[in-house]
Amino acid sequence: MLHDLPRRHFFRSLGGMLGGVALAELSDPLAARKPHFAPTAKNVIFFFQEGGPSHIDLYDPKPTLRKWHGQPLPASMTKDLNFVFVKPDAKVLGSERVFQPHGQSGTEFSDYLPRIGANADSICLVRSMHTEAFNHHPGQSLLFTGATQFGRPTAGAWVSYGLGTESREMPAFVVLSSGKGTSGGSMNWASGFLPSSYAGTVFRSSGEPILYLPNPPGISTGTQRARLDLIRRLNEERQYETGDTATASRIHSYELAFRMQAAAPKFLDFSRESAKTLEDYGVNREPTRPYAVNCLLARRMVERGVRFVMLAHASWDDHQELNRKLKKNCEVTDGPIGALIHDLKERGLLDSTLLVWAGEFGRTPMGQLERVDEDPGRDHHPNCFSIWAAGGGIRGGQVIGKTDELGLRVTDHPVHIHDLQATMLHCLGLDHTRLTHRHMGRDFRLTDVGGKVVRQMLA
Amino acid sequence: MMIPLLAFLAVDFARDIEPLLASRCTGCHGERTQMKGLRLDNRAAAARVLGAADSLLLQKLEDGSMPPVKPKLTAAEVARFREWIEGGAPWPDGTKKPAAAKARHWSFEPVRTATPPVTRNRAWPRNEIDRFILARLEKEAWEPSPEAEKSTLIRRLSLDLTGLPPTAGEVFAFLTDNRGDAYERLVDRLLESPHFGERWARPWLDQARYADSDGYEKDYVRPHAWRWRHWVIGAINDDMPFDRFTVEQIAGDLLPGATVDQRIATGFHRNTLTNREGGVNNEQFRVEQVMDRAATIGSVWLGLTFGCAQCHDHKYDPVSQKDFYQMFAFFNSADELDIDAPLAGEMGPYLAALPEYRKKREALLAGCGVAKHQAPWEARMKEARAQPGKWTDWDHAFDALTKYLDNALTILDTPPAQRTQKQTDAMTDHFVRNYHRVISKDLWKELRFVELRRKLTELRVGFPALSEAPVLVERPVRRPSHVLTRGDWKNPGAAVEPLPPAFLHTVPAGVEPPRLTLARWLVAPENPLTARVAVNRIWQELFGRGLVRTAEDFGAQGEKPSHPELLDWLAARFRDSGWKRKALIKTIVMSATYRQSSAARPEIDARDAGNTLLSHQSRLRLPAETIRDSALAVSELLHTAVGGRSVRPPLPDGVIELAYGTDAGWPESTGRDRYRRGLYIHFQRTVPYPQLMNFDAPDASLAACKRERSTTPLQALNLLNDPVFIEAAQGLAARMLRESPTVEHLFRSCLSRKPTSRESGLAREFLRDQEQRFASEGDAARKLHPVELPGISPEKAAAWTALASAMLNLEEFITRE
Repeated sequence: MLHDLPRRHFFRSLGGMLGGVALAELSDPLAARKPHFAPTAKNVIFFFQEGGPSHIDLYDPKPTLRKWHGQPLPASMTKDLNFVFVKPDAKVLGSERVFQPHGQSGTEFSDYLPRIGANADSICLVRSMHTEAFNHHPGQSLLFTGATQFGRPTAGAWVSYGLGTESREMPAFVVLSSGKGTSGGSMNWASGFLPSSYAGTVFRSSGEPILYLPNPPGISTGTQRARLDLIRRLNEERQYETGDTATASRIHSYELAFRMQAAAPKFLDFSRESAKTLEDYGVNREPTRPYAVNCLLARRMVERGVRFVMLAHASWDDHQELNRKLKKNCEVTDGPIGALIHDLKERGLLDSTLLVWAGEFGRTPMGQLERVDEDPGRDHHPNCFSIWAAGGGIRGGQVIGKTDELGLRVTDHPVHIHDLQATMLHCLGLDHTRLTHRHMGRDFRLTDVGGKVVRQMLA
Repeated sequence: MMIPLLAFLAVDFARDIEPLLASRCTGCHGERTQMKGLRLDNRAAAARVLGAADSLLLQKLEDGSMPPVKPKLTAAEVARFREWIEGGAPWPDGTKKPAAAKARHWSFEPVRTATPPVTRNRAWPRNEIDRFILARLEKEAWEPSPEAEKSTLIRRLSLDLTGLPPTAGEVFAFLTDNRGDAYERLVDRLLESPHFGERWARPWLDQARYADSDGYEKDYVRPHAWRWRHWVIGAINDDMPFDRFTVEQIAGDLLPGATVDQRIATGFHRNTLTNREGGVNNEQFRVEQVMDRAATIGSVWLGLTFGCAQCHDHKYDPVSQKDFYQMFAFFNSADELDIDAPLAGEMGPYLAALPEYRKKREALLAGCGVAKHQAPWEARMKEARAQPGKWTDWDHAFDALTKYLDNALTILDTPPAQRTQKQTDAMTDHFVRNYHRVISKDLWKELRFVELRRKLTELRVGFPALSEAPVLVERPVRRPSHVLTRGDWKNPGAAVEPLPPAFLHTVPAGVEPPRLTLARWLVAPENPLTARVAVNRIWQELFGRGLVRTAEDFGAQGEKPSHPELLDWLAARFRDSGWKRKALIKTIVMSATYRQSSAARPEIDARDAGNTLLSHQSRLRLPAETIRDSALAVSELLHTAVGGRSVRPPLPDGVIELAYGTDAGWPESTGRDRYRRGLYIHFQRTVPYPQLMNFDAPDASLAACKRERSTTPLQALNLLNDPVFIEAAQGLAARMLRESPTVEHLFRSCLSRKPTSRESGLAREFLRDQEQRFASEGDAARKLHPVELPGISPEKAAAWTALASAMLNLEEFITRE
């Protein structure tokens, strides 16, 4: 007890000394932080299309494939390429999809993506993506953490770490899941070696929106508030004894938890959305309902300052029955995404929200036939694939990069996963070489040792 | 953080300058590259830029043009350079040759037997540790902190040694034990507790990246993984010396006359991830597993980021790419195998039932004509293997065979008559399950294999079986190993032999199998790293941070020890007195340093914010498992059985569906198994148990040498609303109401101390208010506390449950003070 007096005295003066902002940062790892330079986007909505959607059938028309249909490609064309199931001499599968130019820019999109296509003038389509990984989990790991080895922080976690959040009622990084579950599971939104404060919080559209969110049976809001007040006051009592400044951070986390309890269900309360909005997203009908709900939730979260929203939809891994399965996934996702872009635009939010649509790789021009009595699909293809971005800081109405006439390789303006990551961070005002964290004796970053901002993508 | 402290000390080349040269300069101006012809790795070569009056080096540092990439040096670091150069740039002898300079990194030097320093204050030190700590504090003219209160000490010791809080009875006994050696008696009791092994197994499991599933997309359950965990708990409880602990885990199978337990110890290496994704190249992932094993030896035993040398020579440490692949070679000839490892009492019933089981199984197989189809199927498999690309459907079927059936090729290559029963059954089971891949849907229906599969499973479940264990076995003929260019398995370079890193000591003489040689090399007395790394990690568990704060990295990029002589003294003592973990822990917890109060020291914390100099103990948020265990312990729900299989406590709806490869679902444990310690919770890599992840448990993908201690709102929701913690609150409330319904008893049970008068005032006020509230809220009370307690009104039981829940949420409850 000898130390009591000076300690208490000091603790008070420390609070005064550091001032409000510093103290807030001390107690709240998610306090909003300034970017490295002026950003063009404040928030991100990432449409993660898990499994490797076929670029050839969605974004990158290859009429030449029809000519090759049913024949193997010459060995000279496929040498040095890695395939998973198909052999290099597998037969080419021409695309049955019809591509049409959209908007003033005339960017071509597949007939399965009419609603996304309708936003062509907002979209920057990159047809020259490439990656190293041709299996799902490593591919997803590279897409989100910048490395095929597991254990590193994901993009959403890096962004939360770099910028914190402006939301006072939600964590910085929220994950909305639909479909059958992703190969990478929770590793796709993990914080890796960063503290778990930066990990993605899964927000569910049915049941409890967030794990352990509702009060236990019998605890009313009044009891909950009283319980929290007691916890806070007892924590403060103890802090007075120990002088431990970390206790403030624990107290803060309980206040945020309480606000989340109140706020999270409100995100799901669509009663004040107009009938037109609900109709446009497809919230009240199948098969769009689950994805539409997530798209609408994404907008509502971005409106309230959530920094990074990831919509994970599985799976686009169409090894068989390509056309039937693609059609199904497109019917589920195309309308809601189109509606979301339109809605963001109308509300003036598109300019400050970066949208990214991507899977972990593309699919082969060759068909894959596992069984003779099935319709063919396509195999994994890391050598080229398509993604798109729109919104905050992105110049829409353009196509970047080219692939060869078979959709096998990039021929013009290759964009690596690390380049995409660097560009995303750039839009948020973050220099990807400066957003680092020291671990195991070296500074790690999202873009590992690579990455160049793709200037052409920027407005 | 330490700058204000360092600012009082004169510049020191080894401490202040050399690490900056090594980390920020020599990458371009060093042994391998000399841009502008300049080398900064030895005095002679660097002399031309170090002139006191016109130093080019200083000029470049001060105008910010060097280093050219971020991070730039801080103003304080540049000031250190100025001080050093103006002082004539002293560069201690012997660092002239670059190779020697690197090998001289502190942690590669032999462990020295340091003599504890003499301190001015002779009264405070209780043992040698305290003399090292106090001597350093005295340099700053700082006093150590007073000893913590007895109630804090017993809680600290119980949590640190067993991972469980003390019971109120244990606290009372300790507080009233006035014998001079009461503290030591307590320490001895806790060291002998069977829960000691559970608590100290956990950091070892973290390092071994232990999990109960494969990882990757398919993420199959590993039903036998727990056998290795069980072994670790037992070995730690038995105080198996760390050298033997090491040898058995690395090469227990190669010891002469290896026992089943010694083979189970090699399960350490079976914790690597397994990729069964269709189409994945099996050799590629085998190579990745072996690489992971090599890198893990570096992380766990040597404290080196060995994996960095997979693609190129290590940038900062003297680990060459060749060193990495020499380490790789130690493991390249080890195969994975699941062996029969019957538990006590299994063998008798198994043998008794075996003939009947075999008869019934054969009858089922014969009834479906399995043999008739299987033989030609196997023949086609061999053809598909020999001629890939010829028949697509058979290619897929062959891929599935190698993915889903462990050691499939070995079995396929063994003529049926020579296969073991286990191999025969495994192949047949796979066939029955996968034949559909190559036949028509009509034939598949006709064969009724789906039904057969169900019957076979039912038969198996109904008969006693032998437990298995995942182990390593050495191949009779060694696989050749190569340096893999840029880490690419398809790009082998020069051949390499299994050898330890060239910059460390050589292997012990003798002609043992290489992997066993590696194990002996790791624990050889001249190994400068193993003992230091091990004691540092034990220290880290007891103080919240290691003497070397970067417990995972003892290389040039890691931090230097705060107390180098103490680290060496501990390492030497550990090594020279038989590698006894318990003795080492006892020495540490007996010290006055450990027993200090953890109250903040504002006047010191401003200058030593990380408490590097240990002027007080630290308040540490408990690990994920300990938070669960504490709640279950104080509510007396905890099932205290030690060891055994993993359990699956209830999981909220919708969690398991978030990953793809979890068809097995989450079959909830029943009865007391729901209340086992967190250490036993089934760890499914792609969907780990949420409470563990919320509180910073590692994800089991890489060796984790220390844990984060974060604070998040999800943690708050977890403790406030998770049914596990509500059930604990109900149990705790019922216990209080049964034993003694007072706030004092509640505090003593949960926090091992009595409440202050303000605290009891707040708690009593809460009880009173909530009881009233529940009286007005209809059936809310019954919902919160559904069990009727004799003579207690539902409102009172509910108010106590709410109070108990608040206790479980207190920062102090989840903190070791």
